[in-house]
Amino acid sequence: MDNLAEFFHMGGYAWYVWPSYALAFVVLMANVFWSSRQLRVVHDRILKRASQLRRGNLPDGKLSGDNP
Amino acid sequence: MQRKRVNPAKLSTLSASFSGQEISVFKWIHRFASPPFVYRLAGKLTPWIGWLCLASLLVGLYLGLVVAPADYEQGDSYRIIYIHVPAAWMSMFIYVVMAVSSAVFLIWRMKLADVVAMASAPIGASFTFVALFTGSFWGKPMWGTWWIWDARLTSELLLLFLYLGYMALRGALEQPQSAARAAAILAIVGVVNIPIIHFSVEWWNTLHQPATITRMDKPAMHISMLRPLLVMMLAFQLLYFHNLLVRLRTGILQREARAGWVAKLAAGEVNG
Amino acid sequence: MSKPQSQNESIGLIALMLTIIRRDLLLAVRHAGQWLNPLFFFVIVVSLFPLGVGPGPNTLAIIAPGVLWVSALLATLLSLDSLFLRDRRDGTLEQLVLSGHPLSVIVIAKVLAHWLLSGLPLLLISPLLGVFMQLPVTALSTLMISLFLGTLTLSLIGAIGAALTVSLNQSGVLLSLLVLPLSVPVLIFGAGAVVAAASMLPVLGHLSLLAAMFALALALAPLAAAAALRVGVSAGS
Repeated sequence: MDNLAEFFHMGGYAWYVWPSYALAFVVLMANVFWSSRQLRVVHDRILKRASQLRRGNLPDGKLSGDNP
Repeated sequence: MQRKRVNPAKLSTLSASFSGQEISVFKWIHRFASPPFVYRLAGKLTPWIGWLCLASLLVGLYLGLVVAPADYEQGDSYRIIYIHVPAAWMSMFIYVVMAVSSAVFLIWRMKLADVVAMASAPIGASFTFVALFTGSFWGKPMWGTWWIWDARLTSELLLLFLYLGYMALRGALEQPQSAARAAAILAIVGVVNIPIIHFSVEWWNTLHQPATITRMDKPAMHISMLRPLLVMMLAFQLLYFHNLLVRLRTGILQREARAGWVAKLAAGEVNG
Repeated sequence: MSKPQSQNESIGLIALMLTIIRRDLLLAVRHAGQWLNPLFFFVIVVSLFPLGVGPGPNTLAIIAPGVLWVSALLATLLSLDSLFLRDRRDGTLEQLVLSGHPLSVIVIAKVLAHWLLSGLPLLLISPLLGVFMQLPVTALSTLMISLFLGTLTLSLIGAIGAALTVSLNQSGVLLSLLVLPLSVPVLIFGAGAVVAAASMLPVLGHLSLLAAMFALALALAPLAAAAALRVGVSAGS
């Protein structure tokens, strides 16, 4: 459709507008996904160790995840 | 919803004059200093903020890319403003949040304030990078060159270095307590410098267009072009907040790994 | 270092500062590298520019203020490592932090001694290098004044970075990353003053701003550096 083609063409500035939006999208979404993933990983690791400790499974009682 | 950078001292003097309410205000302060409370609250808030953010992003993008008319001088290339200006604003806003929470951490030794500061740094750096990149891509059609040493871009570049310095210092010092305190000092020194850097760079070069939105003045843009900008500002603000909440929970878990409430939480999740 | 016995607080502080300065200067005499290195670096870097850019006097005159100022900034940066590192290694730093004397005053004394060794030589040789770079003679006095204020300010700002990284063994790049953004305003107005002087324009504005930045740095940097030193020492050197 003509309107859609015009939209993507961005008045001739397509090569400037779309990479800008794309990069912003990639960087900001990467932030979201990476931090969510890290939360999941840390969550699983620490809660697993905590419940193991409660059941006395760990010999020395040390927990990981000291780094801030 | 209040942010974590609460000022306890101010609130406690407030509470002194409302003696009947004194106890509840202190309770309120202590709640926000309590990791399990903040952890749970953040967990509950995150999905709401996430959906709100997505909605405002979609609305803002639609308004900015489709509804808003092309510019008289710049054609459609000005639409980069809807990413560039909110990102630049967030980059500075987040640095201030970082500095304030660093100050709260140093003065009142509130550990959660340090978690906020540390979590905010990479988000702020990302926004700064986006602002620089989009600024460059906006500059090419406008000024004919990929990089230009105008006041805004130069200040943003230096701001990026300030963020990277903060993160590098945190990473380089081995003991977490000293890393946190040294980085907090750096953040405060940096925030004192930001207005000085801005002023000196501004004086040094005046090519960049003046601020699009000043507080008191009528904005230089037509309302149909301004509306998407405001919506995108809100969207980026929510994006930061969402990201902060997620990283906050990660940071809390990492620091409180040995705490009793974490063990209870683990047991609760295993059983329930 | 003996504790001042005098009841008068300010005389005690001055005696403290003089003791620290005298000690640092004595140590530097024995380790000539501390003050020779920045000086040689300054001279060499400035000398490299004509070789890289071409000897045309017009080009050199245009880039002279920037080249001189950037080289001075880099030379100062290079010298910052020695500010606290030696004291940390031989345990003096811990003693200073625990001594009970006001740490910011100690920092000012150390920065002053450091500047006498690294900043002052740059200042003294700068007119010669200005002539090398075809800087108009009228601008030479402004060059010296701007470098005087600027190198003092840079030493103070650099002390913050040096204090933050004092517990690290290899802090070079990190130190530069921390200090450079903070130094940019000094560079802008310092070089700007010399550029104005070379064009016979008024320099009072630039120099006033430089002086203001120096005053701000003198007031605040020792506090930040002292706080950072306390963090660094407690980290276990």
